[in-house]
This record gives sequence, structure tokens and C-alpha cells, in this order.
Amino acid sequence: MKVTFPHMGETYIALKGFFEDLGVDVVIPPECNKKTLQIGVKYSPETACLPLKVNIGNYVQSIENGADTIVITGSCGPCRFGYYGILEKEILRDMGYDVDMIVFDPPSEDIGRFISRIRKITNNKPVYKVADSLYKGYRIAKELDDMNKMMFAIRPREIKKGEVRRIYGEYQKEIEKAHGTREIFKVIDDNKKKLKDVRIDADRKVLKVGIIGEIYTVIEPFVNLYIEEKLGDMGVEVDRSMNVSEWIETNMFSKLLGFNSERDIDKAAENYLKTAIGGHAKQCIGNAVLYSRKGFDGLIQLLPFSCMPEIVASSILPSVSRNEKIPIMTLVLDELTGESGYITRLEAFVDMLGIRKETKVE
Amino acid sequence: MKIGIPKGLFYFKYYPLWKTFFEKLDCGVVTSPTNRKVLDSGVKLCADEACLPVKIYHGHVDSLNGKVDAIFIPRIVSIMKHEYTCPKFLGLPEMIKNSIKVTSRIIDTTVNLRGQHGDLFDFAMETGSIVTKDRYAIMNAFRDGLHEQHEFEKRLKECGDFESALKKDHDRNIPRPEKIAILGHPYVIYDSYINMDIAKKIQREGYSIITPQMIEDDIIRKYASKLPKRHFWTLGRENLGAGLSLLKCTDVKGIIYLSSFCCGIDSLMEDYLERQVARSSNMPYMKLVLDEHTGEAGFNTRLEAFLDMVRWREQNESNVSTHG
Repeated sequence: MKVTFPHMGETYIALKGFFEDLGVDVVIPPECNKKTLQIGVKYSPETACLPLKVNIGNYVQSIENGADTIVITGSCGPCRFGYYGILEKEILRDMGYDVDMIVFDPPSEDIGRFISRIRKITNNKPVYKVADSLYKGYRIAKELDDMNKMMFAIRPREIKKGEVRRIYGEYQKEIEKAHGTREIFKVIDDNKKKLKDVRIDADRKVLKVGIIGEIYTVIEPFVNLYIEEKLGDMGVEVDRSMNVSEWIETNMFSKLLGFNSERDIDKAAENYLKTAIGGHAKQCIGNAVLYSRKGFDGLIQLLPFSCMPEIVASSILPSVSRNEKIPIMTLVLDELTGESGYITRLEAFVDMLGIRKETKVE
Repeated sequence: MKIGIPKGLFYFKYYPLWKTFFEKLDCGVVTSPTNRKVLDSGVKLCADEACLPVKIYHGHVDSLNGKVDAIFIPRIVSIMKHEYTCPKFLGLPEMIKNSIKVTSRIIDTTVNLRGQHGDLFDFAMETGSIVTKDRYAIMNAFRDGLHEQHEFEKRLKECGDFESALKKDHDRNIPRPEKIAILGHPYVIYDSYINMDIAKKIQREGYSIITPQMIEDDIIRKYASKLPKRHFWTLGRENLGAGLSLLKCTDVKGIIYLSSFCCGIDSLMEDYLERQVARSSNMPYMKLVLDEHTGEAGFNTRLEAFLDMVRWREQNESNVSTHG
């Protein structure tokens, strides 16, 4: 059995560590690229949201590299993501690929099934071993988020432009060669040390922009056209409202134990959106309010074209922007997003934020 | 008190219930006709990426705004246990409030039958108490409403036409034996403005129509359960179940799926249905996608071509197996 899974930012590193510790063969899909998107767009339903299309591309490229089992997470509504597993299997079947698809619905939905599926892919490894690897995988996700935060802070302040990019490039080559959680931890650690040595101008005044919106488009750099890097190069410190380790915390641990780890966010969103409406719409609104309280200069909402919950959020955000006095820009992403138009919009937004900040000080 | 009910979305499912309920509580019920002006103002006010029915709904709210004492925009989270409607309906009152400056009062009570404790009467009480303090009257009005709704659904089951089921004047003529199925959400297939009166057009060509609301619930449920996952979209389940059940009916000559552009539910469930239809039957199947730019001429051409194809198939193909 050779397991593969779709890309979502750097999640693959945590998953790779998890599976390799348990002795499962993993095929990592090639980093998302034009070809991935082309395959996905060709075979997916026309108005399906972008993540589904990229997923299909990932699967096909992995299957070409020998994968025969696909592992993804699931949900039970009301967002479209809940039906991904089913439809993706149908699409692959019509393309002539006969692969096994294992969908992990959140453990709070049906814990028995969750465990039986874990046992299935791990060849009945003892539970404590699975739990241990799962925890290590989560720790990797946590480390990665930490590393990303460092890069977000250093990039706009680096004295020699492009330093972070160079280090990150080296790291990407290293991480490919690393196997098992122990090696992965080491690579991340080394990289962090390198990042610490980057010379920065600590006094430089930088703008702070929060990225809010739909989780996949926030986390997957190929889909958001490397927005964090682009903004960093424009002298903006970025903050991601959502990352993988938090997602694991809320979906795997908190919901199972029945407490709400996002109480702050829910409370902040209360005035604008009373009920959770699926996806991350409520988190998007809540985070927007929290960011403005933290004194961020502006926010960018990312969503895949036709995303149902985020459409609701995007129609509420103008009120948030007005009441909380923070500029918010919405960027809709799909397979037709052109890079130059995208950059223009980012530049205009950043310029506007800069001017706003200057005039405010006076 | 004058209450405005926007003529869109769940209007096409529950209007008789709401109308009777409010009228029994001595309220006047007002709706506005769907026309170009409503559509245009909806498109202007609503978020760009929303689907056509949501935009039209915005237009209706805008046209009722200020002319009535209250506008009824319920938050319909779930109309079936363990299921949801659509994320956009969950946030509909918020979408409206943040896009339109509504001067009339908004009644945005919640219908949520998803969990164990979901109760329709709670919703009735909450809504009714805005109008009157008399709990007994609210109960009675709601009971009458449910009765009316039930009668309406019976009529709709017979004729498949929203307007005539509403007016109680549906013709009881013997339907033509050959049927074309129209699938889609109620607010698309029964809104003759959005779908450019497709039902009449099909009937003129000598077919009678069949819609998901004309099929028995347990049949829909049975066929919908072929999906290897628990359904969480009520509207998606209905269409999938209806579509799959029709494949076995010999009097159904073709299926037309009416979808609105960017409908999230249809983007997956319609695709799933299409794949099943193509794989397991030779039923003619067409998907028509509607948005605010849809031109009627192109729409008619596609419909005519489809019906021609269905007819030729009946006349010229002997339906005898060609491989012996």
C-alpha cells in the first residue's frame, strides 16, 4: 500500500513524518504547479471550488508516481468540503484510476470509524504507537507554523533582500530528503537557526497585514500566488489567521473533548454573524475584528471563487471595515487568476495602507 | 402590521405556510413581482459571487424596503434532521443587513431542525410573538398554516406548477403520457422569471413535466441513500434521489437539470448525478446553467435541440439491441 494525500501548504511534512514513523509507504505529490492545476481543471466539475481541482491534480500526479491509496480528511457540512471524498473518487473512477480512498471525518462525528480507518492504513499498529506518531505529527505542524512566523517577521526587515528566500530554498531541498519525524525536526531546527542569523533592520517601520478567509487558500501558497512572500518583499509583515496546527487542535482535540477553543473568535464575530455557517466564515469575521483590535494596518480576505461561506463573509466584511476602521481587500482566486493583475492590486493596497499610516501619524 | 415576504428562495417551498400564518394573526402579507428592475437592483446590491436566486432575493428585499412594517427573512439553517440547507441561507439575514439599508423591521427568526431539540413550534412562537402576545392564537395560526402547506404540497404533487398549486386552479386533465423531468432547487424550477418559463415551453412541445416535488419522499430517500455518505444537504439529497429514481421510469423521456451559476450544492451533487446517469442508463440528460446574463434565445435553442433529440430518438431508434 502506497499512501498519498493532497497538498495544503506544508501540511505534507507533518503527514509524511506521521506515516513514515508508522512504517507506511508515502508518495508525496509533486509541489503544486501549473500542470497540477491543468489536470484538475480538465477533469473536475466546472464550478467546483478551486481546492477540489488542485486536489485532483495532486492525486493524478501521485498515482503516476505509484500511489494506490488516498487519504483525506472530511467534514459533515454545510460546506462543500464534506463531499470532496465522494466526488473525487467518482472523478478518478471516470478517469480510469482505481484507487482506494480513505476519508477521515472528524473524530467527534464517529470515533469508532475514525479509529478503524486509522488501523486500516497503519496495518493495525498498536494504538499507543499511532497516538504517539499523531502527536509528533502535530508537533511538526506546530514547529512549521513557528518557522513561518519567523519568516514573516524577517522578510520585510532583512537587510540583504532575498536572504530568506535563499534559506527557504535550501530548506525545501533538505526536507525532501528527510525521513521520519526525527530527521524532519532536525531540518526544521537547522533552518530556524539559519533564519535567526539573518541580519535585519529591527527599527524599520513595516506595515502589518493579516490574511483572513478560507483556510485552503490562506495556507496553500501555490493557490494564493505566494502572497506572503510577495507582501514580505513589499515590506509588509504578514500574519496568517489560520494555520494547520490550530486546525488540528480544534478539529482533532477540542471538538472531541467538547470544548470550544475558538471562543475569542466567536465572541468577536458575535455582533456581525450570530451563527456558524460552515467553512471558516465565522472565524474570518472574528479574526478581522481581532486583528483590528491588535492594531493591524490592513486585512486581505482570500477565497476560492464560488466559496459559499466566504461569500457571506465577504458581504459582511465591508461593515466590519467601516465599524472597526480597518481597510479590508477581498481577493477571489481561481484557475484564471492572472499574476500581474493580482500584483497590481496588492501593490495598490499596500501603497494605500502606507499613505494611510503616514497621514494618521501627522 | 404589514409583512413583506420576498419572492425568492424558500418562498417557493413554504409560502402558503407563512402567508396563512401571518394572515391568521391579522397581518397583511405583501409580495413584490419579479421583474427586470428587481433583478437589476439585486445584482447591484448583492456580493458579486452570489448565485442568481440570492441576488433576486436581495432585489425583492430592496423593493419591499420601506413599503412594509416588517420583512420576513427567516434564517433557515435546517429543515431536516441532521441536514443543512445552504451556507448562504444560514447567513442570509446578515448578507441582507450588510448589503442593504433596510428601514423596515427585519424578522430573522431561526428555523433549525438539525439537532435533537429543533422544534418548529419554537420558531412559530418566536416569530408570532413579534406580532401578538396571544400564544394560543399563534398556535392556532401555525396549525392552520401547516394545514394549508400540506394541502398545497398535495396540489403541487399533482401538477408540478407552483403558481397554479398556489391558486388552487391546477388543471386535472389527464397528463400527457410522455414526461420530461425538470430537476433543480425549488427556487429555480418554480420561479418562471429565472427559468424563463421552461415548464410552459416543454408543455407546448407535447410533454408533461415532472419535478422532484412530485415524487414521493420515501422513493427519493431510498434512491438518495445510494450515495456512500450521509447526506447533509436537504436540497442536494432531493435532487439526487429524484434524478436516480427517474432513471427507472419508462415514461420519462429526458432529464433537464436547471442550475444557477456558482451554486455550490449543484456543482458537486449535479456532477455526481450526471456521472451516475451517464454510467448506468441511456437517459437523455442536459444541464442548463442560469445567471443574470442568460439570453432567452440561446436558452430556447438549447431546449428545442434537446427536445428534438428526444423526439427523434423515440421515432427513429428501434431500441432493439444492435449486437444481436
